[in-house]
Amino acid sequence: MDKFSFKKTRNPLEFSDPSFQPRSPAIPEKLCIKCPGCSGIVFTEETGPFKICPKCGYHFRLSAKERIDLISDEGSFEEHDANMLSRNILGFPGYDAKLNSARISSRLKEAVITGKGKIMGQHSYIFAMDAGFMMGSMGSVVGEKITRLFERATDEKLPVIGFTLSGGARMQEGTVSLMQMAKVSGAVKRHSDKGNLYIAVLTHPTTGGVTASFAMEGDIILAEPKALIGFAGPRVIEQTTRQKLPEGFQRAEFLLNKGFIDDIVPRPRQKEYLAKLLMLHSRGAE
Amino acid sequence: MDAYQRVQAARKMGRPTGTDYISNIFSDFFEFHGDRRFGDDPAIIAGIARLDDMPVTVIAHEKGKTTKEKVLRNFGMAHPEGYRKALRLMKQAEKFGRPVICFVDTAGADCGIAAEERGQGQAIAENLMEMMALKVPIISVLIGEGGSGGALALAVADQVWMLENAVYSVISPEGCASILWKSPTKVKNASEALKLTAEDMLGLKIIERIIPENFGDFDWVYATLKGLLYETLAGLKGLPVETLLQNRYERFRRIGEYSE
Repeated sequence: MDKFSFKKTRNPLEFSDPSFQPRSPAIPEKLCIKCPGCSGIVFTEETGPFKICPKCGYHFRLSAKERIDLISDEGSFEEHDANMLSRNILGFPGYDAKLNSARISSRLKEAVITGKGKIMGQHSYIFAMDAGFMMGSMGSVVGEKITRLFERATDEKLPVIGFTLSGGARMQEGTVSLMQMAKVSGAVKRHSDKGNLYIAVLTHPTTGGVTASFAMEGDIILAEPKALIGFAGPRVIEQTTRQKLPEGFQRAEFLLNKGFIDDIVPRPRQKEYLAKLLMLHSRGAE
Repeated sequence: MDAYQRVQAARKMGRPTGTDYISNIFSDFFEFHGDRRFGDDPAIIAGIARLDDMPVTVIAHEKGKTTKEKVLRNFGMAHPEGYRKALRLMKQAEKFGRPVICFVDTAGADCGIAAEERGQGQAIAENLMEMMALKVPIISVLIGEGGSGGALALAVADQVWMLENAVYSVISPEGCASILWKSPTKVKNASEALKLTAEDMLGLKIIERIIPENFGDFDWVYATLKGLLYETLAGLKGLPVETLLQNRYERFRRIGEYSE
């Protein structure tokens, strides 16, 4: 009889063994994700390199690095000012801790990656913002990096392609971050006045001080499908106006209809789309 | 006074508003209306006037004094057409070589459905860009609340001054408190943390000058401002345009701290 009796397996947790580390199941991280677009469950693998929902075409979030990899020719991107770090200039409560946890969780130094690369052989300055770092908010470092990018592009007579994604100006740097809006706008204006091309690609979400500055200053302004783009966030609008917001309000399609963006370009078409625009503006083509 | 008391002073009922500054500092003020694209925004008053013998363009937020007027003027919170009217008159000033004087007093740009539909972000962005390169001198004076992008859209200038009790902030203390402490009652802490007083701004080199309020003697304030505006604009008008624009660019270019 004995050999048929069941014995409960030893569970180390029951012995509160501090050295016990639960064995992670052999499932890769985020095997499945829920699509915010259609609420369907999607295998991560199925979203492909463009990270698009195979069922509804929803554009999942891309990191700045993924975006640059998608858009630039392999190995052509050279990052600038990669080691610039934010400081808690106002002594704002909790900002140091927030910066630290953002650096750890995003493995980034700040909310934007800037540099120079090639898109189907065309030279361009490129920047991409990253939601993983304090929701892409703009403080001194984001302002300075983008300003330098436009200044370098002006010196070298090169176009700029910028992927925006931001919750707005970074509250923790107070008025200093507000001033970054003016600072970047000055550099965009100088770049523009010298006849250089700037294409802004607005991605989900682009709001606040970034919308009210360089996101809306492109010669050509494109957006990804369904991206939320606005000055005030939808929650703020609902709270202040106490009105229910109309369906599709502040989405890319809405802005296209109201005349504030040039076109909506889904990810799989972006590289070629941008390359052709660069070609149409190349100085050699004159 | 602590930071929150400054915020309260800046918002205080009965504090002089844009029209008071216009009528007490300038003569022959002609108010001009409309952005030539959508409509006229009563939250921003704009026109031309004389500052002593100098023709100038004047642009001011107006919050209104009575409840009825406050509603009409949307409490000084401008819609896109307000910023576009301001830009239209700045471009006109550039054409006729007149300096521009802005009086800033707003809790922020309007954040309603209509403002979004008409491109609030785009309107502010365009002002920032165009003001950076406007070929005539610009002086902005923050007379009360300097609320975020809605204030900055009239404050890209060669010099920015603040009244002693004016405040300048990226977000309202209430907004900051509810985001950071999830509690609107922490407004005092937020006001401190945001560093929004005129003293703070001078320390951060975001403004050039604080105008004392002389214990609420605003006649003295108007007279002082009149003298300072005239003197400073006369100086700025003497600069070659390239120098003026380079200085304006550098003024904003140097703002920001980071380590490399």
